[in-house]
Amino acid sequence: MMQFLKVSPSPHIHSGDSVKRNMYGVIIAMIPVFLMSLYTFGLGALVVMLTSVLACMFFEYLIVRFLLKQQPSLSDGSAIITGMLLAFNIPTNLPVWIILIGSLFAIGVAKLSYGGLGRNLFNPALAGRVFMLISFPVQMTSWPLPLVNRGLYIDATTGATPLAIIKEGLKNGQDYAELLEKVPSYFDMLFGFTAGSAGEMSAVAILLGLAYMLWRKIITWHIPLTIIMTIFMLTGLLKFAGAPAADPILYILSGGALLGAVFMATDYVTSPMTARGMIVYALGIGVLTVVIRIYGAYPEGISFAILIMNAFTPLINTYIKPPMFGKPVKVKAVTK
Amino acid sequence: MLKTFALGGIHPKENKLTAKIPCEYQPLPKEAVVMVSQHIGAPATVVVQKGDEVKTGQIVAKQGGFISSNIHSPVSGVVKKIEPVADAGGVKRNAITIEVTGDDWAEGIDRSENLIEEIKDDAKTIIQKISDAGIVGMGGATFPSHVKLMPPPGKTAKYLVINGVECEPYLTSDHRLMLEKGPEIVVGIEILMVALGVKQAFIGIENNKPDAIKAMKKLTSKKKGIKVIPLKVQYPQGGEKQLIKAILNKEVPSGALPIEVGAVVQNVGTAFAVYEAVQKNKPLIERVVTITGKHLSSPKNLWVRIGTPVSSLIEAAGGLPESTVKIISGGPMMGKAMSNLNAPVTKGTSGILVMAEPDTARKPASECIRCGKCVTVCPMGLQPYALMVYGIKQMYDKLEAGKVMDCIECGSCSYTCPANRELLDYIRLSKSRLGPFIRNRKS
Repeated sequence: MMQFLKVSPSPHIHSGDSVKRNMYGVIIAMIPVFLMSLYTFGLGALVVMLTSVLACMFFEYLIVRFLLKQQPSLSDGSAIITGMLLAFNIPTNLPVWIILIGSLFAIGVAKLSYGGLGRNLFNPALAGRVFMLISFPVQMTSWPLPLVNRGLYIDATTGATPLAIIKEGLKNGQDYAELLEKVPSYFDMLFGFTAGSAGEMSAVAILLGLAYMLWRKIITWHIPLTIIMTIFMLTGLLKFAGAPAADPILYILSGGALLGAVFMATDYVTSPMTARGMIVYALGIGVLTVVIRIYGAYPEGISFAILIMNAFTPLINTYIKPPMFGKPVKVKAVTK
Repeated sequence: MLKTFALGGIHPKENKLTAKIPCEYQPLPKEAVVMVSQHIGAPATVVVQKGDEVKTGQIVAKQGGFISSNIHSPVSGVVKKIEPVADAGGVKRNAITIEVTGDDWAEGIDRSENLIEEIKDDAKTIIQKISDAGIVGMGGATFPSHVKLMPPPGKTAKYLVINGVECEPYLTSDHRLMLEKGPEIVVGIEILMVALGVKQAFIGIENNKPDAIKAMKKLTSKKKGIKVIPLKVQYPQGGEKQLIKAILNKEVPSGALPIEVGAVVQNVGTAFAVYEAVQKNKPLIERVVTITGKHLSSPKNLWVRIGTPVSSLIEAAGGLPESTVKIISGGPMMGKAMSNLNAPVTKGTSGILVMAEPDTARKPASECIRCGKCVTVCPMGLQPYALMVYGIKQMYDKLEAGKVMDCIECGSCSYTCPANRELLDYIRLSKSRLGPFIRNRKS
């Protein structure tokens, strides 16, 4: 008998978990959101999604292969996630050339210039979105109306988002009850039949994705729940105190609050690694979102809030440690 | 709600293939190789010479210090040589090789099956007998048992915790022992309680062994002070600190021993060995070893004399399958991969696990995606990903501040990592580099 035995340190078994399994899990979780965006916005949603995903994958391959001169690992699925999230975050009538620029920024600058998957400081999709928002403010804030534009792309009829209507109205001193009549009903918001970015709108689809990711143990409840609770309670408090704000439920259902809390803020690479850290990070996102939404210049603030807290993540990882087992023994000082 | 420890933990597939197979006796080997260091601490000093005749149970090496252990001949025969022999890892270590002529037992050893329940000895005599019999922790750590029974000055034991957890996948030796030698184990526990002077003993058994829980509950129902605690299945519950946390809800401080919280932990196998040593005067020369693996034709539990070569156990289980890539002494989470199958069974060999691809394949590691799963599963509340980076960069101050020495090497982090990073490998390396400095500073 002459067999060669492998000798390596323990453990000798592995859970079978892999980067791919987690990445494709997130992609599966995003499918309901994509389907809802197709139903609501039709052709535009499809064009935006295809452009964004293909562009992200193309740029990732190109840069890794020819600029960094490494083996591209498109199969890990992270470029697909960036592409999908980017598509969810932009209006469905956005011209292809702007999406290409946004994808290039997301992949080239926000991800690969830091060293690629695992090293980037900011969520690539959000960085891409904010880059586009600042560079192309007009195109990025003209939102196609839901359900009526299914066959149209660039020339879709547009309207304001509920958050923008409320913000503008309250600024001009309009009565809140009157404003409420101008925005879609809570039922429409729940299913996403309002003007807005492709994937932001449908609360039901996003929560379905959340349930799937929790079930597969891809993410934990800490970040999404903390963000949503913070936004809910803080807007409730401010409204009660007389701030120019809408009611808490509207703040949760409209805009990118849910999409951000479930799919963006939970990005592994850019969020803290301990449960305690996650809660601090999520609290920060919640508070910043509310402050920007109510007092800032933009009607929507969760992208900025997440990016700002991304920057704090290394600090949180350094200073907020998990609860250690057993407090150290006190060593008596040696006296001479 | 079943009790368990609070921080971290994983649940690997249990694969207890041999849980329902009663123990058999493995025939004596032709040649028994008795390592002189089968325990933690100083090697024993050889007291026989080449050519000496020895009887089964006769002492062949005396303990070489306070933390050390006696070693007895597991067979009767002639000492063939006293020279280094390759151990399971291929490293040559001093050993006594005995050519087996038969099974002629030394005088004064009671080999009958009668259960002797009455405990006549006082604490001092019991500890002396345990020390004489060369008993070490049978769970795998092989720490000399008599040392654990003598708390350092100023510390008193309040609770005895008996470890029947067997949280390692595949292994079933403790499980079978509880089913087959339950009454003896209970007497052993009572002896340990006398030795420590404690009034409370808890037997922790994981819930995946309902038959053992039932059997031990029945046996201890009339015993005052002994309580069986069923535990939720979670690895690494068999770790001393985790077991104490699960049963007593006390945390052993970082860097301290269980006695700091008044607890002493002993394995069920140790309790059985204590029974035999104290009541029957029988030294530790045999133990139950689980021979297991998905590809073995007949995995089983065997009573094996110390010194029997591992290869003969594999033969007894149906021979080595073609597909074998790795043979592990111990369980798949903390066991050591063997490179030498002629290595003998020692006091700490709880199982031999034969594994094939892809069960044990190590996949290539990729970049850390910072998912934090290693932090979530660490039962000591450490940050394995950070410790690995500090280890690579040799940042010893950060390693010490990150409590790298608290790591119990359970392997939960490496097991969980989606990027297949070699977390525990680097942590272990850092521990071996940093440990001596910390110990030197203390002394």
